[in-house]
Amino acid sequence: MAAAIFQGFGASTALSLSKSFDSKRVKLPFGRSLSERRASFVVVRSDGRVVSDSCRARKLVTHAVATKADSAAATSASKPGHELLLFEALQEGLEEEMDRDPHVCVMGEDVGHYGGSYKVTKGLAKKFGDLRVLDTPIAENSFTGMGIGAAMTGLRPIVEGMNMGFLLLAYNQISNNCGMLHYTSGGQFKIPIVIRGPGGVGRQLGAEHSQRLESYFQSIPGIQMVACSTPYNAKGLMKAAIRSDNPVILFEHVLLYNLKERIPDEEYVLSLEEAEMVRPGEHVTILTYSRMRYHVMQAAKTLVNKGYDPEVIDIRSLKPFDLHTIGNSVKKTHRVLIVEECMRTGGIGASLTAAINENFHDYLDAPIVCLSSQDVPTPYAGTLEEWTVVQPAQIVTAVEQLCQ
Amino acid sequence: MALCKRKPRGALKHIVSQFELLKQNRSTLPSLISAPKPTAAASSSSSSSSWLSKLICDPRANWVSRTPLSSPRRFESTVAEKLPRFANGVPDSLTLDFPGGKVAFTPKMSFISESPKERAHCYRVLDEDGQPLARSSFIQVSEQVAVRIYNEMVTLQTMDNIFYEAQRQGRISFYVTSMGEEAINIASAAALTFDDLVFPQYREPGVLLWRGFTLQEFANQCFGNKADYGKGRQMPVHYGSSKLNYFTVSSTIATQIPHAVGAAYSLKMDKKDACVITYFGDGGSSEGDFHAAINFAAVREAPVIFICRNNGWAISTPTSDQFRSDGIVVKGPAYGVRSIRVDGNDALAMYSSVRAAREMAIGEQRPILIEALTYRAGHHSTSDDSTKYRPANEIEWWRTARDPVSRLRKWIVSNGWWSEEAESELRSNVRKQLLHAIQVAERVEKPPISDLFTDVYDVPPLNLREQEMSLRETIKRYPQDYPEDIPA
Repeated sequence: MAAAIFQGFGASTALSLSKSFDSKRVKLPFGRSLSERRASFVVVRSDGRVVSDSCRARKLVTHAVATKADSAAATSASKPGHELLLFEALQEGLEEEMDRDPHVCVMGEDVGHYGGSYKVTKGLAKKFGDLRVLDTPIAENSFTGMGIGAAMTGLRPIVEGMNMGFLLLAYNQISNNCGMLHYTSGGQFKIPIVIRGPGGVGRQLGAEHSQRLESYFQSIPGIQMVACSTPYNAKGLMKAAIRSDNPVILFEHVLLYNLKERIPDEEYVLSLEEAEMVRPGEHVTILTYSRMRYHVMQAAKTLVNKGYDPEVIDIRSLKPFDLHTIGNSVKKTHRVLIVEECMRTGGIGASLTAAINENFHDYLDAPIVCLSSQDVPTPYAGTLEEWTVVQPAQIVTAVEQLCQ
Repeated sequence: MALCKRKPRGALKHIVSQFELLKQNRSTLPSLISAPKPTAAASSSSSSSSWLSKLICDPRANWVSRTPLSSPRRFESTVAEKLPRFANGVPDSLTLDFPGGKVAFTPKMSFISESPKERAHCYRVLDEDGQPLARSSFIQVSEQVAVRIYNEMVTLQTMDNIFYEAQRQGRISFYVTSMGEEAINIASAAALTFDDLVFPQYREPGVLLWRGFTLQEFANQCFGNKADYGKGRQMPVHYGSSKLNYFTVSSTIATQIPHAVGAAYSLKMDKKDACVITYFGDGGSSEGDFHAAINFAAVREAPVIFICRNNGWAISTPTSDQFRSDGIVVKGPAYGVRSIRVDGNDALAMYSSVRAAREMAIGEQRPILIEALTYRAGHHSTSDDSTKYRPANEIEWWRTARDPVSRLRKWIVSNGWWSEEAESELRSNVRKQLLHAIQVAERVEKPPISDLFTDVYDVPPLNLREQEMSLRETIKRYPQDYPEDIPA
């Protein structure tokens, strides 16, 4: 986990970290074009180093993977930054942006005084008032439509779906209007909306509440999709999504809201289009995102003990893919394993497989392996549910087979 | 019906009592026009607002209850809230308190009828001969404004005819006429200011016409050429103009209604002196988006005017297959929204009601619903032949005997503001301009290839830049398979 690797490098790294989190450099230059932003933006990698291009020197890996997050707390007292849970990181990002720009507002079910069903908007209604944190009736298509109308008129709304699955009701507005109106109006109206919510397979929530909507949305032209996985990238991506003039869908995961991590006190914004290098390696590239990142890192522990050196990348940006980072990794390791929570058919893994095959075919020594959930609705029974989700043991087996 | 001992509940009574009140109060309000022939008086702006403010502030008016139904006291939701209509005069021993407020109870079981004894009355000012009805009340319109409204209605009618013909000739691929709804289009637009945001469905180009969109700009969009503000990306009649506050038409039905509420929320946050207006048809009122949006507008007290063009047909579906309620106007009170039913073919009635609605929407920060009854005199679009599902003589009758354009013309002629010569001059001028605009638009280049990839995002990302390069290479390699005149 990012948290553990963060702690593992000792005091010297921590100091260089604080120097590198110079807020002047890290703040996103506002209003620049995408390409300019990429060049000048300072990317803070999860291994603590600051890079302005993708060239990576090999780092000595002392702690390959997650030690429990709790033990990190013991050593964190003297370190810079502050500790919080992932949902608090999202809330912090949201609050900072609402402070910074009065046009930012939130709408969703129970987001106001109730604070949101996962407490991401806790306290915001009290601070900013009922008008900026709007409780909506149960009409997803309509309040997403409202958000789009508000965005076209100059506001920057954040629409919360109580569960990503409910956004299926908002699909008409998201596809036909959110993604399209900037284009069909000839650029006259822009839609700087953020649509966010928890998805993924949780703890026995049943089929309707365990959906992976990134599969369905990935085809819509005009939107961007990102998935957060740590408190650090959750806050950074939230801020970047709010500042972006494009419609962005931010995927959170029901099981990750209580992850704890130490994040910097200084302001930082991450790039929406970049992947995160979780663990550099040599033998195989493992691409993953959201909750599967943690299953992968757990499997990586086992793999390291068995003598393998996996490179783990959290792709973060689901649309568009960061083929630059992914490509460089493929060129190095020549083997790719994709681990995702989507269904086998038509998921993010399917698209990623196609994209890598198309662009980096010559660099592959073996066919791409994609581990996904089966094409079944997620069952309720605990054992059955566990079997639909990719487990670390499967990842280990897949890597062993890939590296034969 | 035997079981329905009660009269229809408050809702319809409100609408009826509003109408009655208008008729009663006219004598106490000097600025209101009630005589059959108006003199060429000054423009109505100050007089109308005093008329309205009198009506609204009149303590005797039980027109609407002005105390909000429930204030947002979240943590006291289970405590009974004051509902003056029911609390007044009813002893507490006869009321029940549930979440939502006090209700008077009754030991008699009776169901509210599914249909009212009488349909909601329709507000109308001019009769079919263009003469003001006796005792009609309306906001006076000056000669200048009235003639302009008429001119734009004729322009819209002519534009529809000529573009429809152009489609039949194969010069444009598709067109949607607004025939029969010219009064709704122009008169409602005339009642607004340019700051008011417009969220149209697709049968409201008249609003753009009123705001100054030129015939050339209309033609450019229909031909999808380089000068089109939409850059050739949308079908004909999907106009949009950010500078005229007219939001680009999206083909999907009723999706613009929640957009309108969101925009009104934005205006409310900024405390702007403007409102939002959105249009939809009888068919559009069946969509879920309509119900949720109007409900939300009521809850959030958003300054939106919802105009339903009830023209009797949703392509081939008549209103009897669309809903069983008394039209759309009764749905307003169901959501707590003040509503009115208007003769949509009467330009003066439309103008007055939209003006009044605007004052209320902004002054009281509330939504208003206007159901404009009319008839779709044309086909649904150029892909439709409505004689297949309705009698041709019915269409013909509405197009001639009930034409809103002729009706207004009779009124302005009877005031001495218009003549035969002016009529023929106007029509031939507009026709000439339109034909010229079409010829020009036809010859303008189409948008370049780069416009296929811009505006998908704020800046084209890598994958789109690659796709553009790939397309250009393909065209270069196989030029015979692509149109010759593709601009770069």
